[in-house]
Amino acid sequence: MDVIGLYNYWIVIVLMMAGLYILIARYNLIKKMIGLSVFQTSIFYLYITIGKVEGGTAPILVDDPHVVYSNPLPHVLILTAIVVGVATTAVALALTVRIYEAYGTIEEDEIRAANAEEQDI
Amino acid sequence: MDQLPALQVMLPLVMAPLVVIVRHPKWSWALATITSFLACWVSWLLLQQVMDGSVIRYAIGGWEAPTGIEFYIDRANAGVALLVSGLSSLVLVYAYHSIQRTVDKSKHYLFYAGWLLCLTGLIGMVITGDAFNVFVFLEISSLSTYMLIAFGSDRRALVASYRYLVLGSVGASFILIGIGFLYAATGTLNMVDLAVRIPDSESPRAVLVAFSFLTVGLMIKAAVFPLHGWLLNAYHHAPIAVTAFLAGTATKVSLYILMRMFFSIFGDDYSFGLMLLNWVLLPAAIASFLIMSLVAIYQTDLRRMLAYSSVAQIGYILAGISLATQQGLTAAVVHMFNHGMVKATLFMSVGCILYRVGNTHIPSLDRLMSRMPFTVVAFIIAGLGLVGVPLTVGFVSKFTLISALLEQGWWPAAVMILVSSVMATAYIGRVIYLMLFREARGSTVTSHGYREVPILMLVPMYVLLALGLYFGIFGSQTLSLAEGAASTLLGGYQ
Amino acid sequence: MNPVWTLLPPLLVIPFIIGFGEAKRNLREGAILVAGTVLFIMNVVIWRATLAGELQASGEIAILSQFSLKLVVEPMGVVFGLLASFLWVVTTVYSIGYMRGHNEQNQTRFYTCFAIAIAAVMAAAYAGNLLTLFVAYEVITISTFPLVTHAGHDAAVRAGKVYIGILMSTSIGLFLPAMIWVATTTGTLDFSEGGILSDAGLSRFSLAVLLGLFVFGIGKAAVMPLHRWLPAAMVAPTPVSALLHAVAVVKTGVFSLLKIVTYIFGVDTIAASGAAEWLLPFTAFTVIVASIVAFTKDNLKARLAYSTISQLSYIVMAALLATTMSVSGGVMHIVMHAFGKITLFFCAGAILVGAHKDSVSQMDGLGRRMPLTMAAFFIGALGIIGLPPTGGTWSKLLIAGGSLDTGTWIWISVLMLSTLLNIAYLLPIPLRAFFKPVPEHEAHDEHGDAPAACRYAIAVTASVTVLLFFFPGPLTDLVSLIPWR
Repeated sequence: MDVIGLYNYWIVIVLMMAGLYILIARYNLIKKMIGLSVFQTSIFYLYITIGKVEGGTAPILVDDPHVVYSNPLPHVLILTAIVVGVATTAVALALTVRIYEAYGTIEEDEIRAANAEEQDI
Repeated sequence: MDQLPALQVMLPLVMAPLVVIVRHPKWSWALATITSFLACWVSWLLLQQVMDGSVIRYAIGGWEAPTGIEFYIDRANAGVALLVSGLSSLVLVYAYHSIQRTVDKSKHYLFYAGWLLCLTGLIGMVITGDAFNVFVFLEISSLSTYMLIAFGSDRRALVASYRYLVLGSVGASFILIGIGFLYAATGTLNMVDLAVRIPDSESPRAVLVAFSFLTVGLMIKAAVFPLHGWLLNAYHHAPIAVTAFLAGTATKVSLYILMRMFFSIFGDDYSFGLMLLNWVLLPAAIASFLIMSLVAIYQTDLRRMLAYSSVAQIGYILAGISLATQQGLTAAVVHMFNHGMVKATLFMSVGCILYRVGNTHIPSLDRLMSRMPFTVVAFIIAGLGLVGVPLTVGFVSKFTLISALLEQGWWPAAVMILVSSVMATAYIGRVIYLMLFREARGSTVTSHGYREVPILMLVPMYVLLALGLYFGIFGSQTLSLAEGAASTLLGGYQ
Repeated sequence: MNPVWTLLPPLLVIPFIIGFGEAKRNLREGAILVAGTVLFIMNVVIWRATLAGELQASGEIAILSQFSLKLVVEPMGVVFGLLASFLWVVTTVYSIGYMRGHNEQNQTRFYTCFAIAIAAVMAAAYAGNLLTLFVAYEVITISTFPLVTHAGHDAAVRAGKVYIGILMSTSIGLFLPAMIWVATTTGTLDFSEGGILSDAGLSRFSLAVLLGLFVFGIGKAAVMPLHRWLPAAMVAPTPVSALLHAVAVVKTGVFSLLKIVTYIFGVDTIAASGAAEWLLPFTAFTVIVASIVAFTKDNLKARLAYSTISQLSYIVMAALLATTMSVSGGVMHIVMHAFGKITLFFCAGAILVGAHKDSVSQMDGLGRRMPLTMAAFFIGALGIIGLPPTGGTWSKLLIAGGSLDTGTWIWISVLMLSTLLNIAYLLPIPLRAFFKPVPEHEAHDEHGDAPAACRYAIAVTASVTVLLFFFPGPLTDLVSLIPWR
């Protein structure tokens, strides 16, 4: 097994872990969202890597039976996933705006403190 | 008639933008409700068609599977679709008054459009036969759910929604990764095809990774203990109609996908024989119904208490799944239906209380019986159903589950279920006690005169309650349906 | 006759009870009396048909796929059905006097819940399988809860908590799993001759555990340490205590146990396996200790409650001794004790309404003012003790005889000791009432006997207690029909 040859997967793993770490470790809601986006992007890379066929070219049909194409399906799938990712980010940012309006802050620990004060109401 | 599966999803999907165009609060509600009832009718018709064990495979756009995407409807999922659309219809009727208290009139159309999209997503997840399609519909339902939760009147609803968004997206991403690995290992996305190809896959490790990611991702969406963190705040702060709808359907749909994956796609030999999944699921299940029931006893807010109880009930379903036997699965499926009905009724009655009293703080419910008798009676009967008193649906599912456990000789787990039932008696009994009798130390709100809620809130609640009682007394009907579903799931794809 | 019909009179009378309400209370109570009479006649019809050897069974409602609700008449159920329906009529007569004399609130709710409880008792009496019995058992618990908390004050509500807490948690925590265990082992829950567990191949240990689950799971049988709910329930109005907590509720408990021992385990299975040996000491302990506790209670109803606990364990012991003779004695003791104890409770209520007294120490000289009540009390006490000329003699004799069959002297000595204790805590009450002088400060209180309706009811139950001594024939005929194996 060629460890270096699988560098695509290493990039995916590093990105994924970095994204998850930001998501968990940061209190700022915008930064959390950046983490989530990085995390999702790593999955896009994963799909594209899966679709790669060695020596393959872009899947545009030509009249040569010897041409090898990359697998187009993962690309199609990932287009959908990208759209979903954009939608998620949009909803999250809209929520962040509303949270800022309601609490005056987007730091999670401050929000939690504000919530704790109005407990049981 | 051939186009029914497409209609099932297209109806709410197409009507959602129409609701946005209509804009008028009352008309948009009417449109959404009618749509939901139509969807319910369609899923009823579909259920009739597959009752005998036959299968409907509908190729979308005429592209035959495995190339194209197909809807795959059999005994196992037609019932779930009916549960989702039926609950949606009843709760929508109920929502009319309930929403006016929480959502600004100018935003009603957005609320109902979001609701229809959520319905689309949930039904789509259930009836689709394509793994990637599951992800797409999952995101449709999730995104609209985030929005619906954020409609809650309290600002904490926003935070709850954000938190759910983060966890839900992580869960969905896990599912996406899992699907990617499955595709890499087998070269197909069609579920029937996957089931055929997985055993002969050349890269068992990729299959293993896919299995793990899918399991964890779905468990987050199904709010399985200890991955339930998002559920508590979401159920607590969402508009109560949304909570009633989600509590009955959203987690159940994820559990259904989980079952489909374990039993139909991977097969129970793989999931439970090779992966020893029961050693993961059963402890999680037991921990969830013991710990969550215990925590529920100490809650001071009715909505939060019921949210904890929901996680506990998911534990029962999971215990049934972890048995991986015909009877265990029957218990899981029947409890999915029964708990869906009971919990939706409970949240609806809590919504009635919220509508009149203004909060759901448990100590402020004293002597509610004399002021809102219909609401309280509904709460009591549904509460007895949650506990599992005979002649209610809860008894049917609990009896089936315990006998399934004993059949396998897992009597310690059965004992734990009984312990948690006793805890359920405690937390429901405590509230009933308060509603019926004066709080001993006396509270200040007693002098307020609450009236009963509008008829449009009572009727759907009582319809659901009556259904619950009917299926409690004639439990063999739901049980035979659930048995069919269980054998279909265990039998895998034909 | 189809036993389902017996559910109808108590259920159909409910709309009338609510419809007439407080405003037309004569009509309301008239309706209940009619329903009660019809119900009793139905039970008599069933009784005659049973003697003629007719098979009487209802249809089935499948609430679970293999298990359904159904009613089937068998001799033990006929005994219980006759008893409960007869006493319902008598108690209604009594409560008309009591509730009015005592100015109780919410009488409509009271009679409604009462009727539901009676319907459930009928279902329990004619239950054709364990599932039906369990369902009826739970319905009784829930429908009697509002009766216990009837007064609505804090003490009543607290008592209600104890009541529902113990009964619900034992039935869900122990009775239900025991039932499911039986269902998974044998695949059926039907009551059948000789017991369905007789050839199920359960080990001695499993049988012992299962029997224990039933004995303690049926909290209504009030075997110590699960007896606390019964004294707690005494805050209820006296007619409730009388019918439900001397007859319907508690007797449902021991009746269920007798039925389970006979038709689920089979007496031979229990006797042969010795599965009951570890449970008998519990019942013996309850018999003795409850009697001693009763001795210390000054409150009349509390004393009667502990006496009931003791007598219930008598029947549980009879069931667990598992000889044909002792179980027959147990079934008969249900009837004998019911008439004796309901007489005592009626008297206690009459004393409360007539003289506003509720303690034993206040009874001095009461016999002169309430001669009929105290005479009836004396007869009831004899019935509980088991002395002639009351029916209690026969049942105690049978249980004692059955205990000798097991070959040890322990259980019969327990029974005899408890009889002595019965004499010690029951007989002083009427003796005080008749032979002690009226205390000085009460000499000028002028009050008569209890309301007429109460007196009629007391006279009926007391005379039946005596009649059962001279004519136990109908009862023994029925008991002899029980199919043992």
